[in-house]
Amino acid sequence: MQENITLLQYFKRYFKRCITGPWSLMCGLSVSLKYFFDPRRIVTEQYPENRKTLRMHPRYRGRLEMIEDADGNNHCTACGMCERACPNASINVLSTKNIAGKKVLGRYVYHFASCTQCGLCVEACPFGAIRMNQDFEVATTDPNTLEMILNKKEGQG
Amino acid sequence: MIQPRFSNLPPGFRIQRETNTEEFFINMGPQHPSTHGALRLALRMDGETIVELVPHFGYIHRGMEKQAESMSYLQYIALSDRQDYLTAIQNNLGVVIALEKGMNVGVPEKGEYIRVMLQELGRIASHLVFYGCFGGDLGGQTCLLFGFKEREMIHDILEEVTGSRLTTNFFRPGGSRYDVPDTFIPRVKAFLDHLEDAMRDYERFLSKNIIVLERSIGIGVLSKEDAIAYGCSGPVLRASGVEFDVRRANPYSIYDQFDFDIPVFHNGDCYDRYKIRIAEIHESMKILRQCIDKFPKDGPWRSKEKPVRLPVGRYYSEIETAKGLYATYVVAATTGEKPYRIHTRGPSFPHIAALNKMVQGHKVSDLVTIMATLDPVIPEIDR
Ligand code: SF4
Ligand code: SF4
Repeated sequence: MQENITLLQYFKRYFKRCITGPWSLMCGLSVSLKYFFDPRRIVTEQYPENRKTLRMHPRYRGRLEMIEDADGNNHCTACGMCERACPNASINVLSTKNIAGKKVLGRYVYHFASCTQCGLCVEACPFGAIRMNQDFEVATTDPNTLEMILNKKEGQG
Repeated sequence: MIQPRFSNLPPGFRIQRETNTEEFFINMGPQHPSTHGALRLALRMDGETIVELVPHFGYIHRGMEKQAESMSYLQYIALSDRQDYLTAIQNNLGVVIALEKGMNVGVPEKGEYIRVMLQELGRIASHLVFYGCFGGDLGGQTCLLFGFKEREMIHDILEEVTGSRLTTNFFRPGGSRYDVPDTFIPRVKAFLDHLEDAMRDYERFLSKNIIVLERSIGIGVLSKEDAIAYGCSGPVLRASGVEFDVRRANPYSIYDQFDFDIPVFHNGDCYDRYKIRIAEIHESMKILRQCIDKFPKDGPWRSKEKPVRLPVGRYYSEIETAKGLYATYVVAATTGEKPYRIHTRGPSFPHIAALNKMVQGHKVSDLVTIMATLDPVIPEIDR
């Protein structure tokens, strides 16, 4: 784009911008200063200090866990719906048979490392046996801890 | 209109170049921060001027469309979060509308209101990221903090409603996964009041800033014809003077019941693409306020739950995300819960394709500005 303007017009615009330019920068700076000095506009949370009081929302999708009562009993029937619903095969439901010959849950193996916390397994479970907890500090230095067995008791149900 | 800087010298002052120069190539990316992801741009340069630009995609290609062939429909909704992570909640809706057409289910009124509200919150969040990145790419890191501050508040609301900040995985055929909590409407109301105040500051901060004006007006002009020819959509298309918005042209959900404007600008340069997004934030706030007034107190929020099984057929849906037209094409070859093929039409690819037209004759620093105003998300291109 080229435009033909006279020298006079050019300098007129040049000097006009010399005034309006710095003024616009001042306007911007005033906003910065307002946010710098006004304590009500601070939104930062002091994270490691506030971890005693920091709670996630109840729907927050953290780690998968099994709903168990005080004795460690759960509702899982080893139907395997959650295993089928998982997009990345993070769940292995290993079933076994009890003395009566009925299919029961042996081990519920959960690979936290590959879980994307999508929540589809919880949605698929027809018995409401699993849920997602509110843990958000899940980093670890030992990769072996990422392979978990969620049920405490074997072969019940 | 103010003209770009170096071309507006009077005739006698223009520098006549008579020296012979040699062209050379440079690579920009794939690790360059201003390419917004792993994108490599091969530039043919003459001095500091760009002669030609060739984008190279595929650095984070994950084969999502191939993966979808071995996934169930529900799992694909979770996968669509990972395409354009800034508008995840909108991608969810795009997929779900296509599935609903196949399953032939409707959505109750409250479910539709939840959808529209989350859509508009997602749109504001995405445009706020644009505001931050645009300022940040021009060298004003303060904008980055400003834009992300309000975006965090939206993500807090999303986290309370959906359970996750970015990868929401929320909508389901016939409604959504949960009802909204009671605190949702008051929170959105408080957020809107806050945002109105904040946007006034943010516009004062950037919209009239002389550096922004000089670096964006007249830079990267995309003509109306080119924008249509390349298949651009969303704010990029509307900044070039085409009034096309799927929410108005082909209303989905209940967008036909709201009163809002489609902002259109006509110069097609970087400044217009900036202004149109600011204007869209205000329009989204308008829609949200109407939603709050009319939000049904009770009533069902999803239709009766059915297994997600589609009959044989082809189903197509298109929605307007913050970036542009997002379309999903589902082909079901057998009746069941797995697709034969799902194809997605994302908005960012045509924008990068049109980049070559926009940057020719500009400097490398202008390329950064133009990239920022296109607001591309590379994982969405490299699905
Ligand atoms: S949350 Fe998603 S990825 Fe994780 S185990 Fe459940 S279904 Fe699999
Ligand atoms: S957790 Fe639920 S879905 Fe998974 S095996 Fe047990 S009962 Fe079945």
